[in-house]
Amino acid sequence: MINELLFMNGYAVYVFSAFGFTLLSFLSLYLVTKVQFIKEQNKFVAKFGSLNTEQAISAKSQRINKEILADATNN
Amino acid sequence: MLKLPEPNKIFQITSKAPKYVLFLFVVVLSVGLVEALILSPEDYKQSDAVRIMYVHVPAAWISLGIFSSITILSISGFIFKNKNFFLISKSLAPSGFIFNIIALVTGSIWGKPTWGTWWAWDARITSMLILALFYALYLISWRIYKNKEKVFKISTFITILGIINVPIIKYSVDWWNTLHQPASINILSKSSIHSSMLYPLLIMTAAFALFSLLIFLMKYNTELIKIKNKGLDRL
Repeated sequence: MINELLFMNGYAVYVFSAFGFTLLSFLSLYLVTKVQFIKEQNKFVAKFGSLNTEQAISAKSQRINKEILADATNN
Repeated sequence: MLKLPEPNKIFQITSKAPKYVLFLFVVVLSVGLVEALILSPEDYKQSDAVRIMYVHVPAAWISLGIFSSITILSISGFIFKNKNFFLISKSLAPSGFIFNIIALVTGSIWGKPTWGTWWAWDARITSMLILALFYALYLISWRIYKNKEKVFKISTFITILGIINVPIIKYSVDWWNTLHQPASINILSKSSIHSSMLYPLLIMTAAFALFSLLIFLMKYNTELIKIKNKGLDRL
């Protein structure tokens, strides 16, 4: 059974390279997207931290900013 | 003007959804891989090489679906004067492009044992390559142009030109003599593929669709935070 799966009637190299390429592409795209997301999130947190009190109150009046900060602290 | 929900409401959903979508994707992909590599039968002509179909075909379907969606969304952005449509299009494009590349590469790998060649300038393969170029142009346009109005116009123009290629890809196997066989799966009429191969194919398609949803959500959130970063700069 395992031999059959690994040999695949002589087509294993084609089948596994096709599946391997697909999964590797998935993993690469996921990691690149995740890194971009974390980078932007960290940039946001850093910028938010550098605001003065007045600016921070104004920024916090937008609910989405609070959501982003909450999401950043959860991650 | 068509109104979409407020960005904070959208972010509330899109920021929490990826972890659930990722979990669902891993589950569906695992089932799909077991079905595709172990449980589904080999083909009487192609033997086990037919298993490449389970990654090649869903990737091609989804890349075509995403490009069509990008075109509709970009045009809708102009009709309804809503920038969010462009943001959604932009976030969909990377996964569409990757699926296009997967379809080309796995098709090439499949071609070697079945046709005896890695590449042929067959109508279906060539039109898929052209689609990859349109995807690349679309993504590059967002990187090159910083002016929003300009990038909206240019990227939409690229999708309108590119969408002409989509029916060519679909019907290339009927219009010309190609190495590809005619479609085995029809929505309107009876499919010629056996259910033992159809179900794994549909499961893998569902897994790929979930992956593109996952990438879309992550990209969309990144774009929203980028906009908010610019907003903080202006304070």
